[in-house]
Amino acid sequence: MRSVWALAAMAALSVLTASTTTLAGEPKQGGVLRMYHRDSPANASILEGATYSVNVPFMGVFNNLVIYDQHIAQNSPDTLRPDLAESWSWSSDNKKLTFKLRQGVKWHDGKPFTSADVKCTFDLLMGKSQQKLRQNPRKAWYSEVNDVTPNGDFEVSFDLKRPQPSLLAMLASGYTPVYPCHVSPADMRTHPIGTGPFKFVEFKANESIKLTRNPDYWKKGLPYLDGIEYTIITNRSTAILAFVAGKFDMTFPTHITIPLLKDIKSQAPNAVCVVEPTNVSTNIIVNSTSPPFDNIDIRRAMAMALDRKAFVDILFEGQADIGGTMLPPPQGIWGMPKDKLATIPGYGPDVNASREEAKKLMQKAGYGPDKHLAVKISTRNIAEYRDPAVILIDQLKSIYIDGELDVVETANWFPKVARKDYMLGLNLTGNSVDDPDQSFYENYSCGSERNYTNYCNKEIEKLFDAQSQETDIGKRKPLVWDIDKKLQEDVARPIIFHARAGTCWQPYVKGVTIMSNSSYNGFRYEDVWLDK
Amino acid sequence: MFAYLVRRLLLMLVTLFGISVVIFFLLRIVPGNIVDILFAAAGYVDPADKANLEKELGIDQPLILQYWHWISGFLRGDFGYSYVSEKPALQEILPRIPITARLAGLALLFSASIGIPLGVISAVKQGTRLDYALRVVSLSGLSLPSFWLGLLILTASVAMFNRMPIFNPNPQTWLEAFATYAVPAAAVGFRSAALTMRITRSSMLEVLRQDYIRTARAKGASDATVNYQHALKNAILPVITVIGIEAAFLIGGLIVTETVFNIPGVARFLVEAIRWRDYPIVQNLVMLIAVVVVSANFIVDMLYAVFDPRIRYTD
Repeated sequence: MRSVWALAAMAALSVLTASTTTLAGEPKQGGVLRMYHRDSPANASILEGATYSVNVPFMGVFNNLVIYDQHIAQNSPDTLRPDLAESWSWSSDNKKLTFKLRQGVKWHDGKPFTSADVKCTFDLLMGKSQQKLRQNPRKAWYSEVNDVTPNGDFEVSFDLKRPQPSLLAMLASGYTPVYPCHVSPADMRTHPIGTGPFKFVEFKANESIKLTRNPDYWKKGLPYLDGIEYTIITNRSTAILAFVAGKFDMTFPTHITIPLLKDIKSQAPNAVCVVEPTNVSTNIIVNSTSPPFDNIDIRRAMAMALDRKAFVDILFEGQADIGGTMLPPPQGIWGMPKDKLATIPGYGPDVNASREEAKKLMQKAGYGPDKHLAVKISTRNIAEYRDPAVILIDQLKSIYIDGELDVVETANWFPKVARKDYMLGLNLTGNSVDDPDQSFYENYSCGSERNYTNYCNKEIEKLFDAQSQETDIGKRKPLVWDIDKKLQEDVARPIIFHARAGTCWQPYVKGVTIMSNSSYNGFRYEDVWLDK
Repeated sequence: MFAYLVRRLLLMLVTLFGISVVIFFLLRIVPGNIVDILFAAAGYVDPADKANLEKELGIDQPLILQYWHWISGFLRGDFGYSYVSEKPALQEILPRIPITARLAGLALLFSASIGIPLGVISAVKQGTRLDYALRVVSLSGLSLPSFWLGLLILTASVAMFNRMPIFNPNPQTWLEAFATYAVPAAAVGFRSAALTMRITRSSMLEVLRQDYIRTARAKGASDATVNYQHALKNAILPVITVIGIEAAFLIGGLIVTETVFNIPGVARFLVEAIRWRDYPIVQNLVMLIAVVVVSANFIVDMLYAVFDPRIRYTD
């Protein structure tokens, strides 16, 4: 009897093993991944782009010096991997970062990749080269880089003004591909040449983007796909219906809102869907240079009146995150822990109590039930901006502020903000790498182009530099939390919530990982394959 | 006649000049240009980069100079380069025209082939259940926006057949090619068919009460002969006028239909170009449309004289 059980157990085990093997499967070569694209990007040049609409289709054309592991959802210093650089090392004073470059790598046009290409790319980004990018939105990332120096054909060094460990994070972003020296920035906009797993075939504005397999890719055996085809569909309903009908293998990454996700799951129950934070915060920009928001009491009252949970419940059915400037944990690496967050005025669990405090501040400023403060709340004419703005108007009523929605076309939004032609604005801020340097310097440092509110605090700037130079992550985190807390208390740019969004793919699409703390870095797709 | 022809030609040129001025300056009145949009999308502005880009695109020049560069280029057939794609504007515009032309043609065909017969039936069967049913259909057609109808068609198609009739750039069979255009054409043509049907019905009702129709019946002509040979022939003129007007209005419906069915036609392209303030595309495309419309009017005016002997243009 015992032997019968043993035999049965062995049989069961073998069946289980076999089925597991079948399920996991060996990657298969071939097939074209069909995806829809949410809009028609301005051009194909990632270095000039400032939206992931460019990164998603074109990241696979390129390589970086280093890259975040494409199969670990959370980007962190521990998930940095060599790419065109085989290895890297810091000098003892942490002011020189040296990369040993991979040999035998070829550009898609057959020319060899060398350290000169790295030098050209970063000279272009730092504005030092003869040729210029039409737009250079991330020039500030390299403000601490003195020079990039090739040491022979296959080694290159970044000389820094001061230690900046976060430089590696920025080099690993999907926004930092290495460009070839021999192709002009203008040509890179229309016909990008890279070293990556996919070669550019064509980009028809408002129609499609096509990539094909690079047979000479330096990672032997990759990519698995024969190509990727993006059909540009600007109408979200049409795009999702097409995915449900099987016209596409995958939706555009993080393009599915939480309510729409339900529709997809009901209409295509086999689809694999994941929801991840996008590291895009919805926040309020306050014009503190003119009345009435030059009064810190009114600014504080406004921040204390926010019921962040209500925003999250209404817009995301509870699936979004509340935090400070940095994306909250567990997906975010640098976000404040919950207990610290709760100590910031307006972040406590008792919204009514917070609003009572806010009312007192408003009354101190001369407003009350008989005298309301009338404000215009400006925002872009896009649903992601408009919808929270409407909720904000409703919430501000509770502290005697009567808001009026002022929707602004995209073309006029930034000039309006730059002119300070607004009182309150509802704004979205995307972070391409989950690192405090990118967020703090870009959005809160004195004189930064993206510091829309002109918040300027020299004391906090010193703290920015202190955290930026700290090489020990454990020591850097508390510094970052203190800065973040201070920014919220100063009402520099009150953060309402951090959004989440969904991505779906058909069950036969394998090897896709959606990054959980950035929407810009996970689209190489070199080992995505189709189990058909 | 010759003097009239010359005068008419001159008038046409003046009209086109006026249109070109209106197009050019209207576009500049709209706030923001391509450079503003590019920097707004990037969320920052570097004044030096902005100035360089404006210089590169020539939008820093005085408006008169910009107008002259554009219009002289247009007359030479040099449409310039798209600000967005940086490809020749003509190369961007030309491949999209046949797509929209096919769609518009099919929509008009759908409108006429459905609207006219149903309008005749509705008039002939006035006051019957069939007439009421057809009137409900026509009212629905007038009430349903074409983008909504398009989405309904797509949703129903996916729910019932698990098929998605959106644009297929490389149809393998004749049927696929037809389906690519037929479904969106039906969506955009339905409203037009409803209007055609209502006009046909009212026009037919008026004609059916005429003495010569009674005479025809008295002579023993069959219902079909009376309805189609005598009545419809005389009722069709206002219908043709309406179809002609509808053809001009079709472009509005095509914009949303091309968006919903993801058709890479010229209508959607024009809207995208306006959104980007892609002046070379918008100016040249609208000007091309204006040239076609003005030339068509001119030719029609000339043809009146050819086909209707009562019309003679005198000096």
